[in-house]
Amino acid sequence: MSILVDDRTRVLCQGITGSAGSFHCGQMLEYGTRLVAGVTPGKGGTRFQDAVPIFDTVAEAVRQTGANTSVIFVPPPFAADAILEAADAGVALIIAITEGIPVLDMVRCKAVLQGRPGVRLVGPNCPGVITPGSKCKIGIMPGHIHRPGRVGVVSRSGTLTYEAVFQLTQLGLGQSTAVGIGGDPVNGTDFVDCLRLFQADPETDAVIMIGEIGGSAEEAAADYIGREFKKPIAGFIAGLSAPPGKRMGHAGAIIAGGKGTAKEKIRALEAAGVRMAPSPAELGTTLKAALERGTRR
Amino acid sequence: MKIHEYQGKELFSRYGVPVPRGILATTPDEAERAARTLGAKVVVVKAQIHAGGRGKGGGVKLARSPEEARQLASQMLGHVLRTHQTGPEGQLVRKVYIEEGLDIAREIYLGMTLDRAISRVSLMASSEGGVEIEEVAAQHPEKIHVESIDPGAGFSDFQGRKLAFALGLTGASNAKFVGFCRALYRCYLETDATLAEVNPLVVLKDGGVVALDSKMNFDDNALYRHPDIVAYRDVDEEDPREAKAKEFDLAYISLDGNIGCMVNGAGLAMATMDTIKLVGGAPANFLDVGGGASKEKVTAAFKLILEDPGVKAVLVNIFGGIMKCDIIAEGVVAAAREVHLGVPLVVRLEGTNVEQGKAILRASGLAITPADNLRQAAEKAVAAAGGAAR
Repeated sequence: MSILVDDRTRVLCQGITGSAGSFHCGQMLEYGTRLVAGVTPGKGGTRFQDAVPIFDTVAEAVRQTGANTSVIFVPPPFAADAILEAADAGVALIIAITEGIPVLDMVRCKAVLQGRPGVRLVGPNCPGVITPGSKCKIGIMPGHIHRPGRVGVVSRSGTLTYEAVFQLTQLGLGQSTAVGIGGDPVNGTDFVDCLRLFQADPETDAVIMIGEIGGSAEEAAADYIGREFKKPIAGFIAGLSAPPGKRMGHAGAIIAGGKGTAKEKIRALEAAGVRMAPSPAELGTTLKAALERGTRR
Repeated sequence: MKIHEYQGKELFSRYGVPVPRGILATTPDEAERAARTLGAKVVVVKAQIHAGGRGKGGGVKLARSPEEARQLASQMLGHVLRTHQTGPEGQLVRKVYIEEGLDIAREIYLGMTLDRAISRVSLMASSEGGVEIEEVAAQHPEKIHVESIDPGAGFSDFQGRKLAFALGLTGASNAKFVGFCRALYRCYLETDATLAEVNPLVVLKDGGVVALDSKMNFDDNALYRHPDIVAYRDVDEEDPREAKAKEFDLAYISLDGNIGCMVNGAGLAMATMDTIKLVGGAPANFLDVGGGASKEKVTAAFKLILEDPGVKAVLVNIFGGIMKCDIIAEGVVAAAREVHLGVPLVVRLEGTNVEQGKAILRASGLAITPADNLRQAAEKAVAAAGGAAR
């Protein structure tokens, strides 16, 4: 019925007592997310909103509550350490919301995670993951724009994802799971990982993927889609008008050495059979058209 | 963040990366004195600007006497240098670096940067020194040799040897090149660099290996732990509005169109620019006010956009998520009043409480043109700015 998160997901939050962490944990609880623990070193033994127990370490939180997913709101200087702590405690899914983590911290972090096949990282610098059908919202996305349904969403951007979800919902197309993979140059789960999961999910009928300039993750996705992905898929790439050599807000959104342009990415995805939205106003309708055309082959 | 060549070389020598002797000068007098102090038969006068392509642009010249160094410096200092990277407006030269001339046997390219596809730092070397690596990659990809560094193990000497042998370096130069790579990796790692490029790296007639140029970029997200690198910042080299935006923690990029854009979220901001282009207009900037888009930030963003004399209309595109549209509309109205907006304003709001938000815009009495979707907003902004791009 979804990918990554569902009604068996038991969430702990690292950084639950900070301003972003506490605000969004409140929103998650309101949405129905099973938030079972918080972690703030030195605040163990207290409670969040009189309900969620707080622990000093992730290991302790996991032992006491059986949490299997962590959402990280820890400030950038300490975020890589937080990811490693969650991985060390055996948390299967780590969702890092934090924006602004030094890239070399993530290089080091990712190398450690590659040695732990049972641990998956989503993000950092991402809005999180939501499965509306399971009332499971992990991150900072506005929950109420989502509807349970059968369209998978995967994106490098935050508000552009909300835009896509909102358009889908207005067209009566609910979402199985929406995943923000983040706007940093080094991240955990990528487009291909999510597409594989959506491909295998019997309750996802179609997917919309939203990329942007910089790197080659979209080209890698196009390569995978052309070879293996069978479901209807729509896409959009932001940054067609972006100048080279400038970082467009996201640390990873930069055309460097003539590589990572929107044009190349759009061409690769179109060649793989992805129906590309001509403008961000047409994300929902393009997905709908792809869905109506049916399976791609 | 970018720094000057002379600053990069200062860092290089701190980490044991060999560089020529050099002295910074800001006046022709200083340049002459520097050349005399260096005492070399030939010195090189190098204009210090952040853009590349200085050699071809006339910003790197040989002087055979201190007097000639003085004369060359006076031709550069206070003058605009144009290279293919500065654009037609060029960049004013405020400093020159006077460096000893060396007996060069050959030139090599060496660069270190993040390979995003594998999330590792990679070292690239090419026998085509002095040529832009993108050009080599396009025409002779077989001439580029790459070694990726395991972040756990760090740089291993064998990786340097592989590159050295691939470049045909033998004898003393081979071992010196390996040491050069090792030192450069330490410099990259410990300064949180995103690029360390040595083009050219020169092999001297006596076998020495020296960085003739230095180009270093740094991770903005890591500057908090490098006050020494922050001190290298040269605001004269930055776009004044981009520098100001940093103070307000706004992601802003100056462009040359006439429609000022204010958007929440980087992806949506790029998509907004794209839509303006799609309908025949030209964006004046990229601006992400952040997911939250508070009134303070919206006001600061308005001020920044309106400081650009090229702006003929402003397009605000906000997706109200957790921050609701009515709150954002109040912020936009208050900010527009505060800055005495003198150009047409097109606002497209979508998301939570959108109807209340639109009502607030209508009731404000301000000349705000509402739009129902992004394409329509872009069309209205282009029309308001006086039609197609200038």
